[in-house]
This record gives sequence, structure tokens and C-alpha cells, in this order.
Amino acid sequence: MKDKFQKIFKGGLGQLTIPIVAILFLVGFNLIRDPSFFSIETTLNNNGNMVLAGNLISIINGASELAVLAMGMTLVTAACGGQDISVGAAAAIAGSAFVKILKSSPNITGFTVVAAFLFACVVAMLFGAFNGTLVSVFKIQPMIATLILYTCGRSIAYWINGGATPTVSSPIINAIGSFIPGVPIPTPVLIVAAVAIIFVLVFHFTSLGLFTQSVGINGSAARLNGINSTFIKLLSFIILGLCVAVAGTIGVSRLGLINHETLLLDIEMDAILAVAIGGNSLGGGKFKISGSIIGAYVIQMLTITLYAMKVPSTDVKAYKAIVIILLVVIGSPVIKSKFQKYIAKIKSNRQRVSMKGAE
Amino acid sequence: MNENKKFRREPLTDTQLLMTITICIFVAMYLLAMLLLRGGFLHAQQVFDMLNDNASLIIVSCGLTIVMIGGGIDISVGAVTSLVVMSCILYLNNGGNIFVSILLALGIGVAFGLVHGFLVSYLEIQPFIVTLAGMFFARGLTTILSVNPQKVDHEGFAKLRDAKIVIPWLGYTAKNGNKVPARIELGVVVAFACVLLIFILLKYIKLGRNFYAMGGNQTSALMLGINVKRTRFISYVLSGLLSGISGYVFMMHTGAGNATNAAGMEMNAIASSIIGGTLLTGGVGNVVGTLFGTLTLTTIKKIVVSSGLNDPWWQSITTGGMLCFFILLQSVVLARRAKKKKS
Amino acid sequence: MQDTTLLQMRHINKVFPGVKALSDVDFTLRKGEIHALMGENGAGKSTLIKILTGVYGMDGGEIIVEGMNVSIHSPQDAQNKGISTVYQEITLCPNLTVAENMFIGREESTLVRHKFYEKRADEILEKLGIPARAAQQLGSCSLAVQQMVAIARAVDMECKVLILDEPTSSLDDKEVNMLFNLMRDLKKQGVGIIFVTHFLEQVYEVCDRITVLRNGELVGEYLIEDLPQVDLVAKMIGKELDELSDFGQIEEKQYDSKDIFYEAESLSSSDAMPFDFCIHKGEVNGFTGLLGSGRSESVRAIFGADKVTGGTVKIKGEDVKITKPVDAMKHGIGYLAEDRKRDGIIAELSVRENIILALQVMKGFFKPISRSEAEAFADEYIKVLNIKTASRETPVGSLSGGNQQKVILARWLLTHPDYLILDEPTRGIDVGTKLEIQKLVLKLAEDGVSVTFISSEVEEMLRTCSRLIVMRDRHVVGELKGQDLNQAQVMKTIAGGETQNEG
Repeated sequence: MKDKFQKIFKGGLGQLTIPIVAILFLVGFNLIRDPSFFSIETTLNNNGNMVLAGNLISIINGASELAVLAMGMTLVTAACGGQDISVGAAAAIAGSAFVKILKSSPNITGFTVVAAFLFACVVAMLFGAFNGTLVSVFKIQPMIATLILYTCGRSIAYWINGGATPTVSSPIINAIGSFIPGVPIPTPVLIVAAVAIIFVLVFHFTSLGLFTQSVGINGSAARLNGINSTFIKLLSFIILGLCVAVAGTIGVSRLGLINHETLLLDIEMDAILAVAIGGNSLGGGKFKISGSIIGAYVIQMLTITLYAMKVPSTDVKAYKAIVIILLVVIGSPVIKSKFQKYIAKIKSNRQRVSMKGAE
Repeated sequence: MNENKKFRREPLTDTQLLMTITICIFVAMYLLAMLLLRGGFLHAQQVFDMLNDNASLIIVSCGLTIVMIGGGIDISVGAVTSLVVMSCILYLNNGGNIFVSILLALGIGVAFGLVHGFLVSYLEIQPFIVTLAGMFFARGLTTILSVNPQKVDHEGFAKLRDAKIVIPWLGYTAKNGNKVPARIELGVVVAFACVLLIFILLKYIKLGRNFYAMGGNQTSALMLGINVKRTRFISYVLSGLLSGISGYVFMMHTGAGNATNAAGMEMNAIASSIIGGTLLTGGVGNVVGTLFGTLTLTTIKKIVVSSGLNDPWWQSITTGGMLCFFILLQSVVLARRAKKKKS
Repeated sequence: MQDTTLLQMRHINKVFPGVKALSDVDFTLRKGEIHALMGENGAGKSTLIKILTGVYGMDGGEIIVEGMNVSIHSPQDAQNKGISTVYQEITLCPNLTVAENMFIGREESTLVRHKFYEKRADEILEKLGIPARAAQQLGSCSLAVQQMVAIARAVDMECKVLILDEPTSSLDDKEVNMLFNLMRDLKKQGVGIIFVTHFLEQVYEVCDRITVLRNGELVGEYLIEDLPQVDLVAKMIGKELDELSDFGQIEEKQYDSKDIFYEAESLSSSDAMPFDFCIHKGEVNGFTGLLGSGRSESVRAIFGADKVTGGTVKIKGEDVKITKPVDAMKHGIGYLAEDRKRDGIIAELSVRENIILALQVMKGFFKPISRSEAEAFADEYIKVLNIKTASRETPVGSLSGGNQQKVILARWLLTHPDYLILDEPTRGIDVGTKLEIQKLVLKLAEDGVSVTFISSEVEEMLRTCSRLIVMRDRHVVGELKGQDLNQAQVMKTIAGGETQNEG
């Protein structure tokens, strides 16, 4: 038992140390600052549903889009050794596509919502495939390839709805964006859970994990072992496209409108950050999706903590930056190796002492 | 044989090749615009306007080019520019001194560069994350300084802002018959000075060549006896310094600032560098290319506007298309080269 | 006597986390000598060299250059003290010109005078007979020329100590000779050269003295005359070499045409000229020829590793199409690539994941091998091939070269191939593992697996192969078997002294 625990601690936690320590630190900090910070209460919302509320809920709920995107981003990072900086813009496009279909039907039924979502998925996957083709076929670095869509994506979103920022109001959309009647947990949280489960199933029933890591670490060797690395890279972008569609749909449903300028603004930076905080190398290769998910919640918890401390929303960025820097400095290879040396020194000292004792 | 060898022209290096392509495309595009769209494109002032509006972009792009040649990335440049603008405005409006305000601008830029450089080169943290945090920090500080737009209200500065180089013979006749001379702002002079200095640095100074070596192959650079850490550190400091200069130039151009100004400038700067032939993998690039990269980017926007595509989305969609074109072109050109070498 | 000592390293100690890489090693280099530093992989050669060049710090000991106690902090520091190194991998910048690569990092002035340097570089290149132009971008030169440029750089630095760390592995015979002449010239000028190589013949061709390391410890320093080749190998692997002669002469087997497993007619790829080839069930054959003769390119074409451009392929008499690696794998062909680091291992993945990789690809994307199954496979092959690893979850990149090679072998054996192509499986690995791999090849053949074996060491191929295909200038120039399988005949065919009847 103890052995197993040690193994988990050594092997499994290795990469997750930083995000878990970060989250524990934030939890501890908040508890000291305000013991009731994490209290969860049930309240009646506008629709007369009993729902859960509280800071913890708003953290988990608020991080939904980020968590979904971080999962897809992890895969792209692992396979291609670079990041997609166009996810925010692509999500705006997917959101616009979603709204476009909703708007085109006279009344919004469950069927139209599903159709609209599927359409958004197809559109987002197409743009994902565009990025993926540039990266996998033309061998362009992901950041540069996706810079194209980053530059013009939000304008395309604007163009889709003909220069308008239409609103959609429907109980179904409301249910997706906030609560399903009778369910006290925010729907976006359920969606994240669903996406995470799908990822787990995909990794279990396919060799996506092994192939992706192989391609990311050594593309040439992967090719000679019969792995189609072009396809794996393309696939990672298409999967990210699906995540983008989900995130876009959540984002639109939350507000009940599509604003191409502000929908999931700057989320690409947060998503990349989540991947990095999750202990994944931004240079590709080995990855843990769980790390990125925790990373997403770390970021959101940090934001909410700052809000709770009455930091104006415009200033949050500056504080966030400081925390990020602290996190990556602690996790930096140089500091790590210094720390390890220090530990080794203490250990050898202790050994010497115990050896002396034995004599 | 030997004689032949001496007089034979060497094939272009990757850097020269990509730069040449950019310059050719820019010239062709501009000539085409002059032929087909006429209007403003026939006046010299059109070029000067492009330069006047983009002097600060040119300066940050140069800084970014240095970092990118060294194999890094600095996405904080736009935010730092914005922070510099805001700080200088507030300082001047509180009765500051022009000279000190310049020092302030440079100081802020260098300070960011120092921190970025230290974290990236000495603590070996990924540059994207470091400069992302730098960008957040600078943007956050800007809003902390002032959420509302600010305008410079300072006599001495007004003189500086309005100082222009006037070239009457390059002017044009406006519709109402008035002669309008060509005007170049001081910022453009600063920008060109920066381009020239960095060009010399990158081509003829040891440090500059070290940037290329480091970007070409970091391990090799180390083995060749280059102090890679210090070289990388300096590249970020230079980028910071140029962001500082860019901020001041930006302020001289607009005379005002708000929390979101220079938003997206980092991506425009990256785009300029790429169009100008800098590779994000490092080791290849040139500031003259970057200058033309900025001009190409601006020209395409002007062309879009002049050809009557007035919907707000066309400008950035064409920019994206342009970027896509250049990125693909580079990839194809370099791939062909690699193939040719093999056979 | 004292005067001739150029460099002394005394009581050098170096510890890596968990491993003692060097313990109490001494090394002495005299003026004007070529000194071979020998040892198996993991013996500590490269660690010693990296300490001398300032890449690693040492944990104990002292370095004395010309009687002065020095400490070396960085490669630049080493250069300043007159210690230059040429590594196996090219450590130059492909994006700079040849001239810049020769002078960067050591100019005194802040200003770079391109014309001046180019003129000087051209002079040096001409003197050394290197076919490159100073103003050329280095990336446009061949690898061998790039290596020569690296040497030219070191030579021009008027170094006192020149370290050549496996410089010959990417050079062909002619270039090696050029390099040796260069080394002898430098020796006359009083430069001390440390020469690290895996090619024993080369040691006896140019070196004066040999220092042997084993497991991070000094075995001894010998004059070349005092240490015959067999003894050197014995010192390196630490056991007597009876095993080496254990291999009996290979019996000549008779194959009939029904047993042909693989047959290709005028097969060609983007890198290989058209050639005919066939292999029988249970046969071991070899491709030999100088580097660049097209031997690797040909086997890559068989496996579909490069773009196949023409030819017909039959497996067990049936026409098949092999255009990419996965096709070949589906037909029971495995390929162990020449460059282990680049084309073989997935360094950061565990031994287990590396072993199951090829089998997983063959099973398909939607049928992952379960964890317990994979663990069983890994344990089995770790035992069968005697892979030395801390556990099956150890990242393969942290294993020694020989064990990495065994992991890749395990990967292919796990797919139970009918035909295994081994391209330089023994390059850069220690003598003990080399023997193990050779034995394994013969055992596979007994079990009915066809094997194509490529090695730079002709002797090794003679021991294992029953048929040799000789290539020169990208064409098959001969096929040797039976009585013709001897060193002299192989050399003659490679060199093209007389036209062969065969082939």
C-alpha cells in the first residue's frame, strides 16, 4: 500500500506537482483570508430553480470554456510542439455559426439547437483542419500558422452574421448557458465533465495517446514505425476544433448573444497557460490532459480570488501576471535542479549522520 | 577554375532570399495599386502617411525581429508600448520635463526587457509564457494608471508632436487647389534611425552575428564559444528598449493614449516580421525585410479601403489572407531549397 | 621529459544523479602526439571530454595545462586556453556562411569584417583542400564538408590541444584519409590530439598512445606498439575475447527458389537508384559499400521509408505494393534505422511504450494494447534481450546506447517479422552488446527469419552474413558468397579493382 502510494507520488504526481501545489496554495490562502470563501449554498434563480451558488461554483462554472479548450490545446501542443493561438477567434466563428442557424429558423426547438451545434462543430473542425493542414502538410510552426486565423477570425465571425451582433433568447439556450431546470449544477460544468469523459474514452479505446506522444517527441522515428504523423497532427487540430465549437457554444449560450469582439477574448493565452501550468512541455511530447484541466481551474480560481479581494476586473491581469511568473519560476528547470541539489545535500548529510550512528 | 570561383556570385542566403521576395512583392503591389487604383497612391504623401502612422509599429517590429532571429519570441511589445504611452502622458501632464519623460519611456522598456531576459535566459523559462505574463502585467498596470483615455497637455511636448519635416516639392495639389507639401513626422526619423542602427548591429557587429548563430543552432552557438545566455538576455533587453522608444513615438504621433491603445500591436509586429522574412525558428531574418514587411501590411490595408471594400471585416480578412500567402510562400521556397540541396 | 607534457588531468571525479560517471581518472597528453581515448559506451569518454571542454563542471580533481593549474568553466574558456573540440554531431550554425562559422565566437574586434574573414577562410579551406567556398551558406554544404569546416575552424585557432570526438563517423574513406593527413601535419607542429573513435583500425593507423577507460575508471595508458588490437578490445570490455572467435564459419546453405521470401525488381526510390534484390527464408545477407554508396538508401526503399518511385516487389511470390513503412510492416518486414537517435527511439517515452510501438501500429489505431499486456511484453523482452534498465517505465532516452538499440530490436521482434532489416545495429555501441546482437541475428535466421544486416565493419558482416551485396556509387557492383566471402575479396569489390562475374 505504502509502496503504491510512493509510486503514485513519484511517478504520477511528478508532472502534476506544480498545478496541485498551486491549487492547494490558493485554497489555503482563501481559507485563511475568508473561511467562508468556499461555502456552497443553494438559492433560487430567476427561473425558480433550486441551484448551487457560491465562489467555488462560480470558479468551476467560469472555467468551463477554458477547461474544454485546454484539453484540446494539450493534444495540439503534444503532437505539434506548438500552440494554437486562434482558439478565441475560432470560438467566435463557431459561436457565430451557431447563432446563424438558430436565427434562420422561426422558432428555436431542441432540434434546431442540435443542428446549430453540429453546424458549429463542422465549421470549427474545418477551420481546425485549415490550421492543421498548414502545420502538418506545409510544416509551418503552429503559432505562425494559427496567427492567420487569429488575425482575421473575429472579422470572419462578424461577417457571418452580416455585421450584426444578434441575440438569441430561448429556454433551451438558457439551459445550456446556466441551469437545466431541476438540476442544481450549472450546465457548463456538466458539459466539461462530458467532454472529459469522452477524452478518457477516446484514450482508452484508441492509441491516440501513444501515437500523439510519439509524433511529438520524435516525428521521424514515428514515421518509420508506420505512424502517419501528418494525420495525427491534423487530427489533433480537428479535435481542438471540436473543443472550440463546444467552448463557443457555451460562451454564446451564457450571454444569449454573439459578440465577435468580446466572446472568449484572450482565452488562447489562458488556454496555453493552463497547458503550461499543468506541467506539460510547450515543446510537445509527453502530456497529461488532467494537468491542463487543473491548470484551467488554477487560472480561474486565481481570477475569482482577485475579484473577491476587490481587485477591479481591469487590473486583474497585472496580478495574474505576477502569480504566473511565480509559478513558472518555481517550476523552472534551473530552480528545480538547484532545489534537487539542495535536497540531495540534506539527504547525504542525513545518511552520513545515520551511518555514524550505526558505527 | 580557381579564377572562376572567385568571380562567381554566391547564391543568396536564406535571409537574403526571403527579404528579396518581400521587397519585390511590395514594389509590385504598390506599382499595381498606382496603376489600378490611382488616387492617393500617386502621391508621395501616401508613403509618408503610411510611415507616419506606423513608425512605432516599425520600431517594435525591429525589436521583435532581433528576438525572433535569436530563436525567441516577445509578445509583450504592444502592451509595453501602451504602458509607456500612459506613463509618459501622466508624467507630462503632472508638469514633467520632456527629457525626463524620454528617459522614463526608455527606462520602462528596458526594465521589462531586463526581467524578460533574466527569466528566459537565466532561469530557462519558455519565452512565450514569460512575455505573456509581461504582456498581462503591462496591460494591467496601464489600466491601474488610468482607465480613462488621457490627452497630453504639455506645451513643450506639443512642439515636439507638431514638429514635422516639410518637403514642398514632393507635395500635391488638393481638390480645392491648395498646395499641400509632404510632411514627415519626427517619429519616422527615429524609426529609420532604429532600422539603420539595428541593420548595422545585425550585419557588422559581433553581437548581431551571435544572435543569428544562437537562433541557427543554440547548442552549436554554445560550442562555438558564444555566451548564449548573455546574448539571449541582451536580445530581450533590446526588444524592451525598442518598445520604450516605440511608446514615445506612438505618443508623439497621437498625443493621447488609453488603456487599449496599441492593442494587437504584438501580433501586427509578428506579422510584419514574418512577412519581412523572419523565421520564428530563428536564425533567419533582417530588419530591412521587417521594414518592408510593415509597409506591405499597411499597403494591403490601404488597398482594401481604396478599392471600396468598406465593410469593417475586409481589412483584417485580407491581412489574414496576405499573411497566409507569405507564410505558404516561405514554406514552399525553403522546402524547395532543402530539396535542391539534397539532390 | 617534463617539457613534453601538454595536458594533465588528475584524479578527475564526476557524479551524475545516481551514477558515478568518472572516479579518479588520470589522463596525460604530450606535445605532438595523437592519443586515442578508448572505451565502451558509458565508459566515461564523453564525460571526460566534456569536463575538459567546460561543458560539465567536475566534482573533484585538477586540470593542468602546460604546468599551470587551470579551471575551465565554459567551452569558450576552453578555447581561450587552447583546447578546441570537433564533435561527432556538427556543432556549427547552418544559417551562417562557412567563413562566419570558422570565425564566430573568437573575433577580437566588435566589428565583423566579412570580406577580411572570407578571404582568410578561403585561404585556409584551400590549404586544407576542403571543397567549400567561404561565402557559401553552411547549410548548403554536405555533412562531410560541414565536419571538415569544423576541423578547419579548430585548426585555425592554433590550439594546443585538439579533441576529435568521433569525427570520422560521417566521413567516407577518402575524407578520413584527408583528415588523417591533417592530423599528422598538426602533430608535426606540436599539437596534442585526443582522438575518440569506435573504429579500431583507425586507432592503429594514426595514434601513438592509447588510454583505455572502463565503467568510469582508468584501465591504463599504453603505447600503441605494446597493445595489439585483441588486447585493446579485451581491456575495453574487461574480459578475454574467446567469445569473439566463438563464431564458427558460416555453413553454406543451399536455398531453392521456392524459399524466396522477398523479391524486388528494379526497385527505386527518391534516394535510391533502381536495383534488383531477393532474400530467402532464413537467410542473412548484407549490403556493403562505403558510406554514401547507397546501401542504406536501398534498404530504406525496401521498407518504403523514402518515396518509392518504381519497380515491382513480390513477397512469397505475390505482387505487393510497398510505398510507406506501414505497408512493409503489414507484410512482415521490420526495419531498424541507421540513426538510432533520430529515427529509432522515442526518447521521453518509457521502455514499455517504445517496445510496443510497432506492434500497436500494426494492430491499428482502434485496438490499443492493454496496459497489462504491454507490461507483459516489455518484461518478456527486457529479459530475453537482457536489456539493462531500472524498470520498464524508465524513459528510453536515459539508457545507454546499446540498451536503446536492444529496445528497438525488441520493438521489431515483438511484431514477429518474417524479414528484418538491420541498418548498422551495432554502430556506436559497446563490444559486448555487439556480440549479443550478432548472435541474435544468427539465431533469428535459424528460426526462419530473413535478415538483412548492414555494418561499417566488414569483419562483422563476414561473421554473420552468408551473402554480401556490394554497392558503389549508388549501384550494386557485385554479390559475394561462399569462398568469395573474405575481407580481401570484399575490399577489392568495394574498391572496384576488377569487375565481378556475379551480380
